[in-house]
Amino acid sequence: MTHPAAQWTDIGALDDIPRQGARVVKTPLGCVAVFRTADDRVFAIDDRCPHKGGPLSEGIVHDNAVTCPLHAWVISLETGLAQGADEGRVATYAARVAEGRVLLDTARLAARKAA
Amino acid sequence: MAEKLVVIGAGMASGRMLEHLFEAAPDAFDVTLFNAEPRGNYNRIMLSPVLSGDKSYAEIVTHDDAWYATHGVQTRFGEHVTKIDRERQVVVSAGGETPYDRLVIATGSAPFMIPVVGRDLPGVVTYRDLDDTNAMIAAARPGAEVVVIGGGLLGLEAAAGMQQRGCKVTVIHLMGHLMERQLDPAAGYLLQKALESRGITIHCKGATKAILGHERAEAVLLEDGTVYGADIVCMAVGIRPEVRLATDAHLQIGRGITVNDQMQTSDPAIYALGECVEHDGQLFGLVAPLYDQARVLAKALLGQDSAFRPVQTATKLKVTGCDLFSAGDFADGPGREDIVFRDPARGIYKRLVIEADRLVGAVMYGDTADGNWFFGLIKDGTDIAPMRETLIFGPAYQGDTRTDPLAAVAALPPEAEICGCNGVCKGRIVQAIEGGAVTLDAVRAQTKASGSCGTCTGLVEQVLAVTLGDGYARPAAQPMCKCTDHTHEDVRRFIKGAALKSIPAVMQELAWKTAGGCASCRPALNYYLLADWPLEYSDDRQSRFVNERNHANIQKDGTYSVVPRMWGGVTTPAELRAIADAADKFNVPMVKVTGGQRIDLLGVRKEDLPAMWADLNDAGLVSGHAYSKGLRTVKTCVGSEFCRFGTQDSTGLGIKLEKLLWGSWSPAKVKLGVSGCPRNCAEATCKDIGVVCVDSGYEISVAGAAGMEVKETELLCKVASEAEAIEIIAAFVQLYRENARYLHRIYKWVALVGLEWCRQQVVEDPASRRALYDRFMVSQSVYQKDPWTEHARPEQRAEWRPLADLTLEAAE
Repeated sequence: MTHPAAQWTDIGALDDIPRQGARVVKTPLGCVAVFRTADDRVFAIDDRCPHKGGPLSEGIVHDNAVTCPLHAWVISLETGLAQGADEGRVATYAARVAEGRVLLDTARLAARKAA
Repeated sequence: MAEKLVVIGAGMASGRMLEHLFEAAPDAFDVTLFNAEPRGNYNRIMLSPVLSGDKSYAEIVTHDDAWYATHGVQTRFGEHVTKIDRERQVVVSAGGETPYDRLVIATGSAPFMIPVVGRDLPGVVTYRDLDDTNAMIAAARPGAEVVVIGGGLLGLEAAAGMQQRGCKVTVIHLMGHLMERQLDPAAGYLLQKALESRGITIHCKGATKAILGHERAEAVLLEDGTVYGADIVCMAVGIRPEVRLATDAHLQIGRGITVNDQMQTSDPAIYALGECVEHDGQLFGLVAPLYDQARVLAKALLGQDSAFRPVQTATKLKVTGCDLFSAGDFADGPGREDIVFRDPARGIYKRLVIEADRLVGAVMYGDTADGNWFFGLIKDGTDIAPMRETLIFGPAYQGDTRTDPLAAVAALPPEAEICGCNGVCKGRIVQAIEGGAVTLDAVRAQTKASGSCGTCTGLVEQVLAVTLGDGYARPAAQPMCKCTDHTHEDVRRFIKGAALKSIPAVMQELAWKTAGGCASCRPALNYYLLADWPLEYSDDRQSRFVNERNHANIQKDGTYSVVPRMWGGVTTPAELRAIADAADKFNVPMVKVTGGQRIDLLGVRKEDLPAMWADLNDAGLVSGHAYSKGLRTVKTCVGSEFCRFGTQDSTGLGIKLEKLLWGSWSPAKVKLGVSGCPRNCAEATCKDIGVVCVDSGYEISVAGAAGMEVKETELLCKVASEAEAIEIIAAFVQLYRENARYLHRIYKWVALVGLEWCRQQVVEDPASRRALYDRFMVSQSVYQKDPWTEHARPEQRAEWRPLADLTLEAAE
């Protein structure tokens, strides 16, 4: 398995994402939810709950996890893993903040598309 | 005949003592109360908010003239006692001689003035009483230069208050770091940094040499040659017990007036309490031990057994928003070890001092949530060896030691209200328990606490547990969620009783075990806060469930449904056209008539919501809140206007009710029905609130259900006029909003509190009904607004679209 070099794409200002909230980025591979935590960390994961495909970007964000709005599965923003008794995982993408802008690593999004 | 009791000094300690005395034996003494200040007892701890302008004097008065009159206290305020004649048992003052059978000295303490040149100049003040505070407020022009000498608690509060009033403030502190008696150097440093970031200049290791000035204070000169300009100099270097009267009377004196365990001085007829006494070699400055002394002295005066046993006290201070906690002994020493936790980015510092596997001291800055837990370990001398590795992370990390929900109850002040229905505060309950009421029923019988709606039962039990320790076996209660051990009811009580006005404040004060709560507690807390503090709290959108955040119902495929309000189920051709146009324009896959007499547009994409709302708004339609824990619909039949059986205008009443109640948030959804006659075509008798019109008026019934459970409503009352019906229904909704647990529908809540109690509040007691109605209207003044209009503004629309669209770039 190869890891493509990071390809940082500026997707918007940090202030465009509410604290303890998320915004969606449309990609060729579907929607990615970009979260901002209470302490201003950002995380990007697929916007589809592994359970029934619920939009995770609309869930309540607490600490570094989100609760899916459809059936209350809790997904870790760091690992993409379902928490507690539920089993499942969503893809995660590297994201970071630089000078108030949110950068998303789109290398894997592009790579998966190429594959 | 009643004995003559003379009290010198009307401060917090003697005031509390008199309260105990009058409660236990209202007629045992004729009380004469002298006070050097020309006023009675006020809450001295609250002078800081008075200085900063956050509170007025009137708000901190503990005993007003009426209180003294009620208890027959002869008040001699503004009159100095100049001498105690023990031989003849009289005190001497400007007004002559006053005889006593028993005398209580409560002269408190006096500020310490450092003996430097210029200390007598006008413009040099101390910070001890209301007159000092007023002098400082009078001098506090914006831009005025203020030098505070002394970086202890009082000095820093004075500095913060003056800074808040726009003054340029410098604090001069003799020691190497601020508040050295409560804080270690690292915490002192963090505090200094925080105050400096607010614009206060801090000069540590500064010894004052002289106060310079001709007519009045102009500057402060330090030993190292530094000069600070000063329009006002506040001396706050410390206090000493005020013992002059006692010294002149040849009572036994140490640093303070020597008292025994019954607060008795060396003269058996004379007692003393408060900051002026010395007990067992110790002086007292914090309020908790003074209140203990007050209780002991009241009993001693009544000839009852009681002994003062000073307990260790912790200091939890709020200095201009800097969270500090210290307890025990934290000096370095042989055999002592430290555990230190630092998070510089968040400004958090915690230090635990351990000696022989026991915690002996704790200092915390920035995050003090676990303070009471650590304090408990210090007091109890708990062996901490088994939990040493995770000790500093607090109770949440101790596998077998659950967070102690009692800590928050223990920390509540005695005046915190526990039972809202009967106005019973914690202090009264503790008193009852100490007087022998050791069961819930006994407390209920004596104080009425938890005797009405019963929602504070859990809290009363916790007060029992705190007061009796292991002697009380508490039944287990269901906590709100995994983030806390408190029940919903307790959390609501705390929000009101401790005036908690934000989600972080609730989580901090009630020792939440998780960092940001969870999807279960956050919406509940957001509701409780906005319901209890409509004017102060601002709604936290990120703590809302998706439907309430986006003002539309999310469907299984991530699209939304849009339901405009149709008042009382009545619409017009123009509204129907606008709805049809919107359905066409946004390709709505399904248009459906709902059970609540309105129209649902299903399958709308999120990014289309604002534009669709704007179109519907243009036709005069507003959100139907079909997604909210709030007022949903008022279903009506056509009533007397068209129906040959109708007895009243049920449609009109339904519209009036919907226009009054719409927009209000509640613990769960609220649906109403109004039927024009007992045939009940609007199915009012299975709604949360139903009105059935009859010839003679309106039958209001409540607590119906037609969901997972089906239940007929119960009759609340019958009234003659529409106006009465409307006021009672609004008051009932407010009673529900203020008291129910989040997600409990009305029928579940009524089952818990009883319909009879509701009836007392909203039917039988007109004053209570009016107050509820008024509080409802206050809330409506904030929350009755159309969310569509708010979110459909052009500048807001970007928020509803994706942040970025990378599919476009990929296509290039």
